[in-house]
Amino acid sequence: MAKITFDGVEVEVPDGTTILNAARQIGGSIVPPAMCYYTPLKGSGGKCRACLVRVAAGSAKDPRPMPKLVASCVTPVQDGMVVENTTSEQVLNVRKGIVEMLLINHPLDCPVCDQAGECDLQNFAFEHGVSTTRYQEERRTFEKIDIGPLIQLHMTRCILCYRCVYTANQITDNRVHGVLGRGDAAEIGTYIENIIDNDFSGNVIDVCPVGALTDKTFRFKSRVWFTKPVNAHRDCPKCSGNVVLWYKGKDVLRTTARKDQYGEVKEWICNECRFEKKETSDWTIEGPAHIDRSSVISANHYELPVLNQSVVADLPESTQRDLEKNPPLKLGN
Amino acid sequence: MGRKLLTEHINVEGINTFEVYRKHGGYRSVEKALKTMTPDEVVEEVKKSGLRGRGGAGFPTGMKWSFLAKPEGVPRYLVCNADESEPGTFKDRQLMSKLPHLLIEGMITSSYALGANTSYIYIRGELLYVLRILEKAIAEAYAAGFLGKNILGSGYDLDLHVHPGGGAYICGEETALLESLEGKRGNPRNKPPFPAVQGLYARPTVVNNVESIAAVPVIVNEGGDEYAKIGVGRSTGTKLISACGHLNKPGIYEIELGLPVEEFIYSDEYCGGIWKGRELKAVVAGGSSVPILPKELILKTAAGEKRLMTYESLSDGGFVTGTMLGSGGFIAMDETTCIVRNTWNFSRFYHHESCGQCSPCREGTGWMEKVLHRLEHGHGHMEDIDLLVSVAKQIEGNTICPLGEAAAWPVAAAVRHFRHEFEWHVTHAKEAAQPGAVYRANAVLV
Amino acid sequence: METTAVKPQFSEAAQAEIKRLLTHYPDDRRKSALLPVLHIAQAEFGGWVSPEVQDLVAEVLDIKPIEVYEVATFYTMFNLKPVGKHVLEICRTGPCMLRGSDELTAHLERITGAKVGGPASADGLFTLKEVECLAACGFAPIVQVREKYYEQLDTPEAVDAMLTELRNQVHRPALPWEETGLPNALANN
Repeated sequence: MAKITFDGVEVEVPDGTTILNAARQIGGSIVPPAMCYYTPLKGSGGKCRACLVRVAAGSAKDPRPMPKLVASCVTPVQDGMVVENTTSEQVLNVRKGIVEMLLINHPLDCPVCDQAGECDLQNFAFEHGVSTTRYQEERRTFEKIDIGPLIQLHMTRCILCYRCVYTANQITDNRVHGVLGRGDAAEIGTYIENIIDNDFSGNVIDVCPVGALTDKTFRFKSRVWFTKPVNAHRDCPKCSGNVVLWYKGKDVLRTTARKDQYGEVKEWICNECRFEKKETSDWTIEGPAHIDRSSVISANHYELPVLNQSVVADLPESTQRDLEKNPPLKLGN
Repeated sequence: MGRKLLTEHINVEGINTFEVYRKHGGYRSVEKALKTMTPDEVVEEVKKSGLRGRGGAGFPTGMKWSFLAKPEGVPRYLVCNADESEPGTFKDRQLMSKLPHLLIEGMITSSYALGANTSYIYIRGELLYVLRILEKAIAEAYAAGFLGKNILGSGYDLDLHVHPGGGAYICGEETALLESLEGKRGNPRNKPPFPAVQGLYARPTVVNNVESIAAVPVIVNEGGDEYAKIGVGRSTGTKLISACGHLNKPGIYEIELGLPVEEFIYSDEYCGGIWKGRELKAVVAGGSSVPILPKELILKTAAGEKRLMTYESLSDGGFVTGTMLGSGGFIAMDETTCIVRNTWNFSRFYHHESCGQCSPCREGTGWMEKVLHRLEHGHGHMEDIDLLVSVAKQIEGNTICPLGEAAAWPVAAAVRHFRHEFEWHVTHAKEAAQPGAVYRANAVLV
Repeated sequence: METTAVKPQFSEAAQAEIKRLLTHYPDDRRKSALLPVLHIAQAEFGGWVSPEVQDLVAEVLDIKPIEVYEVATFYTMFNLKPVGKHVLEICRTGPCMLRGSDELTAHLERITGAKVGGPASADGLFTLKEVECLAACGFAPIVQVREKYYEQLDTPEAVDAMLTELRNQVHRPALPWEETGLPNALANN
């Protein structure tokens, strides 16, 4: 075990734990943001530099500060380490710079982007960035590509976190997409026209921190904050079948995996659950899905879904009882 | 005349063959090390020599070697970094093509010291012709019993292979090089773990520059203490300097560390002064990534002392008035050189060579290049100059690997020492955009 | 230029060379040979690596095609589009620029009729490609053609001599693994 001090708070974690995960054990607003690191994906992290922190003391044995800021998501703790995140002005300034770098070539087309409202970059920029830009040059653009009938790749929005590449490598048996080219011309792609055809390929949509990989079955259907997340499951031979259904009125507009407060998928789901089961009757409804993570969906007391009565009637009794105890806000309809 | 420890025989006819190289004392260090020394004793000599990494970082080689993890039963590797790509640097290419056996000898002795039984020379792909020379020399060394099983009857086995890159400056960064050697994109790794613990194929690995490895035979032959007698202070031994740019005699010079910069530039023994009878304007002393210095500061330190070719003297004054010895890529610029254009050129280089993995470097290098391009072509604004410094600062120190710094330093230093020239590009945009236009003491020199 | 209809195959000499190269790496690390094999492929198949050629490389090394695409598009030496008989790689970086690489590029564009980054010259002989530092700064400006460096091209005469030499090459130079001798002999040790 190693004891570290993070923003003045002491925490004890197993050896080998990263600084970021130690901070997550403390929780709350001191946890560094992460745009590329993704716990379920081995090898992820270290790239976006959003989680840089200052190590004010390396360890009890060698208490010298580290010369540069370190990526908290890939740097393991040492016993006696002292880390500064929100308590370091340098860290906060550098983070502002990272937001700026990530945004200079980002299209800022949030008004027409399906990811808006649950976009890690949007949240990151809102929480850590400045509201003006100093960038006057032309932005990088790419053509939109359909990688199969169900997933659209909008490379212009990509921040090259590599999560979708790790996902394809680690949960599917035949990766056909990857990172091509290099530098700021690097892109996610298949090189030759190729479709990502695999039972679990849809998970790349869930891991994408921005709107670069989106669900074509949900395209332009609704802003996410107008849809109501409901936990549901089904008996699925391929995956756990535990999902979140996003309702608008009676209609299931899309299906996603369940995510934790850091936006990380808890269990991968298969394409059948994600793309094909769009009827309430396909599912056993468990109840409203609580969105813990920072999101416009959970802002403004949207935690409980707004459901119209006819949908509520379709919900199982236990859920209806829950809803009676915690009545949803009457918004919209 | 300084001593030539590496290049004494470089012009001997046929020195690229095993036979001639051997006749001139070649492979003695292998015999000495394998027959009379333990591996640790070799490491000790290298430590005593004070040899510092010749690729650019200047980290003590012996200390790097002593960090190598040595878990029982796990193979470890020595990889020679021959991915010479730092603009201004061309010493390793010359050394390998003319003295292939010197590098091979160094690899054998060093591999023995580190306990590596398989070693690689990672050479940049553009130098395929040098790869052929090395492969031929390696075949000769195998035939002579200096490579392969039970070398010289010592019981020590070593296989040595040459591996080409594919065109990527970033592969000079040691973890990107290892990724590349594994057949992947040259994306630098996050550290820790360091290569000394998990390097090639996740096994303990040492990566050393060609020139560092080539210095090992002489250190073993003459002893670390003897080697350390050459040079000044912590800058021991000799260094190959790649002299280029506006010099009368560009080329490779092996110098004893401690040579005054002024002597190096102007004496006939070395570069023979600035070409076409012109004046020196600025020097980039250690490869394109180190800070540029104007003539006044490269010849003398801010304190007025003679600047010497040593790690310490060149960095005297820090980044405010100093620079670095780096890889020894010595680029001299005469009075007709446009600093803005040159900075843009370097910036374009780093933009082109960024691997694109981490956001400050991927986005920031392109941003700096575009702003510099605007300034050079007459579309800049005064606030662009501070913007450049600010973007450079946002990259520096915040990236996975040192390419971020390498891209940021030249820009920051150029603005630091030649701000008036950048301003002139804004105030005299039209003139500045003319081909060949140069700011010179308020006068345009076309 | 390769046509896309026929599946490319490595020559016997190239196959032997690949076999030799694979002995350099641990058995479970065949992917390590990717860059050297891509160099062989480019030399064998007309100076560029088509998607079909890249697929062949993947097959030979028993890796996924995307693993080859990722690498081939990362490293600048691999041409992803058809090229002329000779690819002139002109160094454009600082030290070469100081000694006239911009003028050299303009001169080459003028006399070959090809444009940097564009298709080959009308006669199919020359493709012009700007590259970054080739580590020959003391001999600037320089052009690399295949494995050869042409140095100090700072006079029209020097450039003409290079182009004449290239024009007179009826056949491409023999590739090292096509010659009998050292590299392959070593494999049989």
